[in-house]
Amino acid sequence: MRVTATVNGRVHSAEGVRPTESLLDLLREHLHLPGAKNACEQGECGSCTVYLDGETVCACLVAAGQAEGREVVTVEGIGGGRSSSLQEAFLTCGAVQCGFCTPGLLVSAHALLARCPQPDDRQIREALSGNLCRCTGYEKIIEAVRMVAEGGSR
Amino acid sequence: MTSGSMGSSPRRPDGWAKVTGTFAFSSDLSMPGMLWGATVRSPHPRARIVGIDVSGALALEGVRAALTHLDVPGAPCYGLELRDQPVLAATEVRYEGEPVAVVAADDPDLARRAAEAVLVTYAPLTPIVDAEAAARGEGEAVHAGRPNLLRHVPVRRGDPNVEAPVVVTGEYEVGMQDQAFLGPESGVAYPADDGGVDLHVATQWLHVDRDQIASCLGLEPERVRLTLAGVGGAFGGREDISMQIHACLLALRTGRPVKMVYRREESFRGHVHRHPARLWYEHGATRDGRLVYVRARIVLDGGAYASSSMAVAANAATLGVGPYRVPNVRMDSYVVYTNNPPCGAMRGFGAVQACFGYESQMDRLAHACGLDPVELRRRNAMTTGDLMPTGQVVEGPAPVAELLRMVAERPAAPRTTAFGASGGHTTRGEGVVRGVGYGVGIKNVCFSEGFDDFSTARVRLELRDGRPVVTVHTAAAEVGQGLVTVQGQIARSELGVPDVVVAPADTAVGSAGSSSASRQTYVTGGAVQAACQAVRRQVEATTGEPYDPTALPRLLARTGAVEETVRWHHRPTKGLDPQTGQGDAHVQFAFAAHRATVEVDVELGTVRVVEIVTAQDVGRAVHPQAILGQIHGGTVQGLGLALMEEIQVTDGGIRNPSFTDYLIPTIMDVPQMRVELLELADPHSPYGLRGVGEPPAISSAPAVVAAVRAATGVELSRVPIRPHDVVWGAGR
Repeated sequence: MRVTATVNGRVHSAEGVRPTESLLDLLREHLHLPGAKNACEQGECGSCTVYLDGETVCACLVAAGQAEGREVVTVEGIGGGRSSSLQEAFLTCGAVQCGFCTPGLLVSAHALLARCPQPDDRQIREALSGNLCRCTGYEKIIEAVRMVAEGGSR
Repeated sequence: MTSGSMGSSPRRPDGWAKVTGTFAFSSDLSMPGMLWGATVRSPHPRARIVGIDVSGALALEGVRAALTHLDVPGAPCYGLELRDQPVLAATEVRYEGEPVAVVAADDPDLARRAAEAVLVTYAPLTPIVDAEAAARGEGEAVHAGRPNLLRHVPVRRGDPNVEAPVVVTGEYEVGMQDQAFLGPESGVAYPADDGGVDLHVATQWLHVDRDQIASCLGLEPERVRLTLAGVGGAFGGREDISMQIHACLLALRTGRPVKMVYRREESFRGHVHRHPARLWYEHGATRDGRLVYVRARIVLDGGAYASSSMAVAANAATLGVGPYRVPNVRMDSYVVYTNNPPCGAMRGFGAVQACFGYESQMDRLAHACGLDPVELRRRNAMTTGDLMPTGQVVEGPAPVAELLRMVAERPAAPRTTAFGASGGHTTRGEGVVRGVGYGVGIKNVCFSEGFDDFSTARVRLELRDGRPVVTVHTAAAEVGQGLVTVQGQIARSELGVPDVVVAPADTAVGSAGSSSASRQTYVTGGAVQAACQAVRRQVEATTGEPYDPTALPRLLARTGAVEETVRWHHRPTKGLDPQTGQGDAHVQFAFAAHRATVEVDVELGTVRVVEIVTAQDVGRAVHPQAILGQIHGGTVQGLGLALMEEIQVTDGGIRNPSFTDYLIPTIMDVPQMRVELLELADPHSPYGLRGVGEPPAISSAPAVVAAVRAATGVELSRVPIRPHDVVWGAGR
């Protein structure tokens, strides 16, 4: 089938999308945007978190066809303004090790800061509780989000 | 000092790519004309293979190959220590999930359908799953003609019959933990014009993969070229071969690039786990708590194939009394074959299982002697010049008492109840009790027992647009730990040049050894240091002038590009005597201590960790921020082992191969973590540094369990703790 969606501000059409494929497959295999990651493909790890019409979703749980005519934003599209600060803060704080969870965490943290510009630690933890990280123990991730919330990054 | 040199915390060179989604992990790779591979796996933990029929798969349009053991052109088996694991099972399967056939097709769905269309007829056999029986030499052989006992490591020191006035005994159990790295096993293989093959893959050791692949493909190693693709975590789980040989077989058969990516369930079945263990300990001490003897028996379940089991058993044996002075030791560590899932390397590597045993015992002994657990440990803490049970002298700093003091003297964790703060619980905290526990551990750094352990570094210094630039090329696997950053820091420090490029890791340069055993900063760091020093010497020899970074534009204009490749070894180790376990088997010892504070809801059996304090001696903090990252991450993996992480196996089968059912700590499960570093230089290591990655993963689980025991008074003898262990124990 053919799926047309706006991804990171540009209209994309993909031909030959199979009915069994997910939004994650659409992004990674058809549109060559591998930023959203394929860690569990069961909605457990949050590595594939993207925006779908402004709401964060696990792209692995959304059928590719469900994205038809809708707006998707991935880690590749969240740069600029405050989210660049977020990306900078992740690097400044050492919140990135292997980096496989990073794209999903960035999108989740971006969504948190959009709805709650100055979250406390409890709100940060709740907002990121759907994103697994195996390397960092989360400490530096919390520090990075806190840094942006406090306006401590460029 | 050159900006970004040692002791500072420069940003990762791969960081920007990782935060913008452009960093290419092994599962992100793509090539024109690429096929997708899939694996046919045994549903039985033990069965005879009666027949394999691939015709159904080949009949599907778009399926390009379906291969069995008959299509393996070289050696039929591979393995890290013993080549006992078939590339594709021929006559028998020995664990649930063992690969039997592989297919390649035009798209991933089709490849999976083709795998399902391969008809394998099995005659199931009763699986051999009792590791203790295997250790006693009972039962059928998992591998015909071989004993199930893979290795027995005895350690004998002092008087075997000595007695002591205070004796405590205990029996402990450690469940099967999984590395649970997030990036699935994956890579792309493509055929080369010379009849060889190229493979881009996520691994921990390119050259040992290459050698196993080449052997099984029947190719010279030079015709198998590996490049490290982005690695989404490792923790030991990528030391063994997974899809490497399969993808290369399919690429060579089809003449096209072949990509393989495991799904999460397949990943749980497709890599080794941490050995589950049963441990029996008897500690004898004087009335004032000084250890007289330790007697112990450890049985590790290696599962169906050897992997790195023999080295794991040696670690459990040689490190099995902990960082304590013990004059009399009788230790027996066994690792066996069963039809359970294969086990091998995971962060901590044998030291984790033993630490849960000996630290549980130290708490029991403290109780028996009426001593505070920290004081008991302090009285027995080893220090420089003490002997290991193997007779090896601990030469470098061994600040065990100091590390314990550092965690014990931190202010107590704040009194705000974690249960109340987080909300969402069914109680208001009326059944919640708090406890504090301690753990301290010891780990060997680098490969042991006489292994020829080295790394290779190629360093090139040249002018580009009139500016000096250094290129560092090694085969060392960056798995997230930050080795790429450290290599740049060392080169900047040694050569005084700010512009350093770390080239992609591949097999075009000599082996770097494995990114495991906390060894890469030590060994590849040492190789980079040595290669930089060789470059300096060459500049001086060619120009007749002293090396001066500020004069490099002029000096290098005379010398042209200067390049040196150095193979660097750490000091040699020796094997263990097979009867007594005596020998200088280890290169370096590393230590960490933890204090955990927990709150336990004794009605629900739930545990929340409020705070963990860690103190660790790192010798020299090359990149302080990355060290904190290792300590946080390792500590949390230990917390996971204490409270939630277990591969559940019934009759050889994994019951929970998903992140729905195999739980790893989320951001809600981790406490505030405080870290204290010591930097006591090791006289033998480059820059005095000490391996960092594993120690924090060793003693955090015992500390958390000790805290739960302190809170509840329940004798907890297994990890992970299950809620009913707490509820039933507290009800007694």
